[in-house]
Amino acid sequence: MLPKEVTQFIGTSSSTVVFEVEKGAIKKFADAVADSNPLYWDEEYAHNSRYGSLIAPPGFFGWPVHLAKGQTFLSSAKQEGAESEKKGELTLELAKAGYPRNLDGGIEYDFFAPIRSGDILSVSSRIKDITEKKGTSGTLIFVTTETTYINQNGVSVARARSTAIFR
Amino acid sequence: MAKQLYWEDIKEGDEITPLSKIATTRMLVKWAGASGDFNPLHYDEAFAASQGVGKPIVHGALKRQWLIQLMTDWMGQEGTLRKFSCRYRAMDYPRAMKNMFEETNGETWWCKGKVTKKYTEGDAHYVDCDIWLENGKGEVTTPGNATVILPSIG
Repeated sequence: MLPKEVTQFIGTSSSTVVFEVEKGAIKKFADAVADSNPLYWDEEYAHNSRYGSLIAPPGFFGWPVHLAKGQTFLSSAKQEGAESEKKGELTLELAKAGYPRNLDGGIEYDFFAPIRSGDILSVSSRIKDITEKKGTSGTLIFVTTETTYINQNGVSVARARSTAIFR
Repeated sequence: MAKQLYWEDIKEGDEITPLSKIATTRMLVKWAGASGDFNPLHYDEAFAASQGVGKPIVHGALKRQWLIQLMTDWMGQEGTLRKFSCRYRAMDYPRAMKNMFEETNGETWWCKGKVTKKYTEGDAHYVDCDIWLENGKGEVTTPGNATVILPSIG
């Protein structure tokens, strides 16, 4: 049985964070994947495509416009941001409950509309569920988080459901 | 880019053009910087050992992007990736660097997939696929699913 200190996070949401999809960040991301798709790299090619401009690879949503005070990196900002303001607190509670280690379990995306270079996205996430499963190496805790991405025109462009596994 | 794929070109059971990838320690550093994921699990030997994974592992999200590229390369510029999912079922470990520019010999990963279903909904022409990442031993470490919308010859 999971303690109430853990289960109380089910259904909680993080505050909305604004992400900017900069073209330099798109290229850096595509470079890290070793993906030479001209829709991410070649402005003229992308301009003449049906998108009319460079697009972000599916799975890239830009970077926060404002980082948390004193923070310089996304993963630090995340502690106060959309991805895991609540997840940060939950991680501490799970550690207290005997599950100090965590791994990325997987992700599901729905892509509703293209994300273009220059887009500004409002990103918010919610802890959907926390469940226990008995595995061969002990009990595993699955934390499912749903994140939504809405662009500057109010269009919902994507939704992600990610699973973190604590043990 | 390759010739545009049309919905009429494919049938259920077709193989998706495989994509090969190599993970190196240097690439994990690049990925950390580009994605903003600075979890030491991916670059700190002692921390990785303390987390029960032995040594630094390839980011799940990088494997996810490889599988996304499998789909975006295959579907072409006129295709749309509508749904994507993957599960990180087993660890993958990067190749070490031999020098500043070259990695050591070792594992090559393959992104692969198969068309499981083609159908229409309204005017849209859909294709569902099983996709997966194989390590150097041919073991599937990251299975997943994708749905794309392809253009139709009409």
